[in-house]
Amino acid sequence: MITKEQVEHIGWLARVNIDEEDAFEFASELSTVLDYFGQLDEVDTSDVKPTYHVADVMNVFREDKPKDSLEQDDILANAEEIQEGYIKTPKII
Amino acid sequence: MVYENPDGVMIGLEIHVQLNKLATKLFCGCSTDYHTSEPNTHVCPVCMGLPGCLPVLNKRAVEYAIRIGLALNCEIVEQTQFHRKNYYYPDLPKGFQTTQYDYPIVSDGKVVIEGEDGEHVVRIRRAHMEEDPGRLMHMGSIEKSRGTLIDYNRSGMALIEIVSEPDMRSPREARRFLDKLRNILEYLDVFDSTLEGSMRVDANISIGGGDRTEVKNISSHKGAERALLYEIMRQKNIKRRGEKVVMETRHFDEARGVTISMRTKEEEHDYRYFPEPDLVPMRVGSWVEGILETLPELPDARRSRFISDYGMVDTHAKALTSDIRVADFYEEVASQVDPASAAVWVSDVLKGELNYRDLTIASFTVEDMVKIIELVVSGKITEKGAVEIIRNILDEGGSPMDIVKEKGLLKVEGDVVDQAVEEVLRENPQALEDYFAGKEKSLNFLVGQVMKKTRGRADARSVREMMLEEIDKNYR
Ligand SMILES: [Zn+2]
Repeated sequence: MITKEQVEHIGWLARVNIDEEDAFEFASELSTVLDYFGQLDEVDTSDVKPTYHVADVMNVFREDKPKDSLEQDDILANAEEIQEGYIKTPKII
Repeated sequence: MVYENPDGVMIGLEIHVQLNKLATKLFCGCSTDYHTSEPNTHVCPVCMGLPGCLPVLNKRAVEYAIRIGLALNCEIVEQTQFHRKNYYYPDLPKGFQTTQYDYPIVSDGKVVIEGEDGEHVVRIRRAHMEEDPGRLMHMGSIEKSRGTLIDYNRSGMALIEIVSEPDMRSPREARRFLDKLRNILEYLDVFDSTLEGSMRVDANISIGGGDRTEVKNISSHKGAERALLYEIMRQKNIKRRGEKVVMETRHFDEARGVTISMRTKEEEHDYRYFPEPDLVPMRVGSWVEGILETLPELPDARRSRFISDYGMVDTHAKALTSDIRVADFYEEVASQVDPASAAVWVSDVLKGELNYRDLTIASFTVEDMVKIIELVVSGKITEKGAVEIIRNILDEGGSPMDIVKEKGLLKVEGDVVDQAVEEVLRENPQALEDYFAGKEKSLNFLVGQVMKKTRGRADARSVREMMLEEIDKNYR
């Protein structure tokens, strides 16, 4: 069972504000999801290697050769606020 | 002598090293040459983590990582992969950092440093590859920030994070470890320490078996030593008051030389590491032999070679090889003049004058050093004159020959010195008498008078000989 406090902590990790009422609702919904994974847990996988990647590929590299980057204007176009070529955010820490 | 470590200091370091000799970032083709560029001009969809982009690993970055592992006497992993370390902070536009987790590319190595009581081994726990976040600039101090500016040019640069065991017993040992590590990395040609932000350090420190604190945001080797000294003092004061040191993360404020508590609510499991689905695993064990063959000469090997090839003493060999630029400079000079003289002039004189002025070897040319040594060896100028030329070049510029002419540094010989010796003996009968009475010191006084008359351009040792000869011949 997921608690309201856990939901609030997860919200904080993602920097998403979750109000009290929603927190109760998410707690019960997320618990349902976890219960479903609980069912998967019952399957015996002791002889199965973990699958990190579905494609059976290894060693994909590129050479150390520069390519053009985007224009500064294009990078800044997505930003809410800019200042002298920088992206500006509210005070953090 | 065994170092007692009276306060039971244990220091472990985590060093983030930018592989800034690469031409491109870790997972995209953006150029690493951004240090003099406008902000946010070396950025692409991969660095910004835009939807639909696909990171592809820089092969040379992996080779560099293995090179570093070999130089630090590490085991190289057979197969490894990348993970996502999830945290939400504006320096990482993706919301996670691509890093290594359960299988670091190299582990279990060691570095031998000059410790408090002779050679001291610092064990390397692991070193893993990861991407550098963007650079944040706080408007105002970190505690009273009014806003933050972000430059993503650094975002995605290849980093190696080297983690040591807590084997250092004093801030000085920590600094020596950092110096040695920097030197090794520069010899490996994977890293240029002169670029801003190229090496950043976090330090774990505890005293007397108590809980440790982690100090972040250390950007220089001097800063590391200061931050650690401060932190030891702070922890000792806490213990003296009968309280316990709290395990926490602290931020080093370089300007004020203090560490400040940073409350973090994130714990290790909050990072929710999981394998990076956009990057496939790599199997690189078979690369090791080839990379080992091309490993360049490392500082300790070069130091031994300097002793055997050039016949210099160990203190000179150590001083010359502790910075690859100085070592290269020396070998160029030594190929043109007597290597033994070159060792003395470069390590004792030039390095001292540079340190005094907080300059690097880049402030002096091989040609000038060669010319000055030639002038001394051929007896055209005195050693004192040579030092004067070096100082003059560093302070005001100019070429050795111009300075020699301008300052009249050409050594005077023969008749002029003869005459000065005669004059001094004639003008100082009392000193001569004292000398005959057994006062060795008055001979020094007489030699000094000759040097004065020749304005320091005579060679003191030969003046002394001439003086004794003259006394024997005409005054006994
Ligand atoms: Zn990029």
